[in-house]
Amino acid sequence: MSLDVQKIRKNFPILQREVYDQPLVYLDNGASSQKPISVIETIDRYYRNEHSNIHRGVHYLSSTATDKYEQARKKVQTFLNAEHEHECLFTKGTTDGINLVAHSFGKKFLSPGDNVIISEMEHHSNIVPWQMICDEKGATLKVIPINDAGELLMDEYKKLLNDKTAIVSITHVSNTLGTINPIKEIIDLAHEKGAAVLIDGAQAVQHMAVDVRELDADFYTFSGHKMYGPTGVGILYGKEKWLNEMPPYQGGGDMIKTVTFEKTTYNELPHKFEAGTPNIVGGIGLGAAIDYMNSVGIDEIAAYEEEIKVAAHEALSAIDGLTIYGTANSKAAVFSFLLDGIHPYDAGTILDRLGIAIRTGHHCTEPLMARLGIPGTVRASFAFYNTMEEIDVLVAGIERVKKMFA
Amino acid sequence: MNLQTEQMTVKEVQEEIIEEFAMFENWMDKYEHIINLGKELPDLAEEFKTSDNIVKGCQSQVWLHTTSKDGKIYFEADSDAIITKGLVAIMVRVLSGHPAVEIIKSSMFFVNRIGLAEHLSPTRSNGLLAMIKQMKLHALAYSAKQ
Ligand SMILES: Cc1ncc(COP(=O)(O)O)c(C=O)c1O
Repeated sequence: MSLDVQKIRKNFPILQREVYDQPLVYLDNGASSQKPISVIETIDRYYRNEHSNIHRGVHYLSSTATDKYEQARKKVQTFLNAEHEHECLFTKGTTDGINLVAHSFGKKFLSPGDNVIISEMEHHSNIVPWQMICDEKGATLKVIPINDAGELLMDEYKKLLNDKTAIVSITHVSNTLGTINPIKEIIDLAHEKGAAVLIDGAQAVQHMAVDVRELDADFYTFSGHKMYGPTGVGILYGKEKWLNEMPPYQGGGDMIKTVTFEKTTYNELPHKFEAGTPNIVGGIGLGAAIDYMNSVGIDEIAAYEEEIKVAAHEALSAIDGLTIYGTANSKAAVFSFLLDGIHPYDAGTILDRLGIAIRTGHHCTEPLMARLGIPGTVRASFAFYNTMEEIDVLVAGIERVKKMFA
Repeated sequence: MNLQTEQMTVKEVQEEIIEEFAMFENWMDKYEHIINLGKELPDLAEEFKTSDNIVKGCQSQVWLHTTSKDGKIYFEADSDAIITKGLVAIMVRVLSGHPAVEIIKSSMFFVNRIGLAEHLSPTRSNGLLAMIKQMKLHALAYSAKQ
């Protein structure tokens, strides 16, 4: 095996704990991942030794904190292979990033009669902000349908695209189905029609290398907490040319150049989009998470998770009465499933008592559930600290559930 | 519903349930009991599974049908999840068939005592907490009409 998972597990303190006197089997990584000790220590060290407000003071601590925060931005730039540091904006997370683009891009570039394209598998975070701005601007929201395996119908996408398409906003990896979408092709097709593309990378950056320049993405956004970093921080990458043209999202401190009551001029990128004191420790913690992922190796993570995915798929498929939702050719180690005649809440409650943390429900993708004609699923989502043995524990747990509800 | 239960107060029914649950040695037995209660509770008639009667949770949902007779309130309920349905059965046993004022004033102290508080936490969003609120509201509306 390419990666020493037992060694990796020692880096994550929480994985050593028990719940209900059972060893914790954490399979809810799609909702949020756990944190390595290096991230925890970075946060601790920052508050003990390094904290002050940033971009504001001449004193020693303020410039140290500013340096650390800007170093983290630099790490993000390298992580995404962005051309400029100032194309990487700190946000609260994916939801915040999408709202920023919907609001600021929409305000400037959406006109009545235009359209915005999303897909049937989007998270509510990548639906609602577009509904809001389309309503406001008199634009239409169009939706790319999927097939039963959970793959985008690319021919339908091509039919939806036209000269009136202002922006296409699509998830890189589906949080519910695990489908990895062909985003390079999606971006190229949109660009042929002059449309911009935002990629929701919330479920992608923790699993695979992302190169925004190679993709030619106009915007790419993700959350820190799903990639081994802190909560409350995320990144919005945007091409400089767009960010320069877009109006600010929020007004306040840090985002201005000069303020008078008659007229305010805005600061340069990235500060124009970062009003107010940011989540400083979050940004620095996110930088530490990137360092951690690099120390393990993103390709090693991807290769190991592929092994886990193949093994989990085989094990789950072998269970009688279990249906997997999301069987795309290209998918991540995310498994949504239902057991014949057993409600997800019932399955989840028993698995929880066995120490297995999975998620049940609609996973913030209600339109997708409607498309599949189901109320919700049980979802097991894996990370590179999960083991082959944990797949066995999950399978045994499912067998137990089946017995209890038979 | 036997005669004896009908004559008990809400408080007494809860005490009886606490005693019953004291028999279970581990969580597995307890859940098996709840699952059985869920299976035993008759399905609510389709005509009562209306949008007015639905108590929607994020994880599971509950239907609640309320009637009154001779100054007492009667509840019938159902859920799409069996564990929720078992818990619904217990709630109905505790609250159904009592005078409105008694229902309004009652506190569900048995839930903590039998170690099922987590199922009433708002984060669970299984419809149970909202159902209890709804039961009390119905009782309140009934007593206001009197
Ligand atoms: C695909 C996808 N998009 C967006 C989000 C929203 O992320 P956050 O809640 O961190 O803003 C999530 C996470 O739940 C997600 O999985």
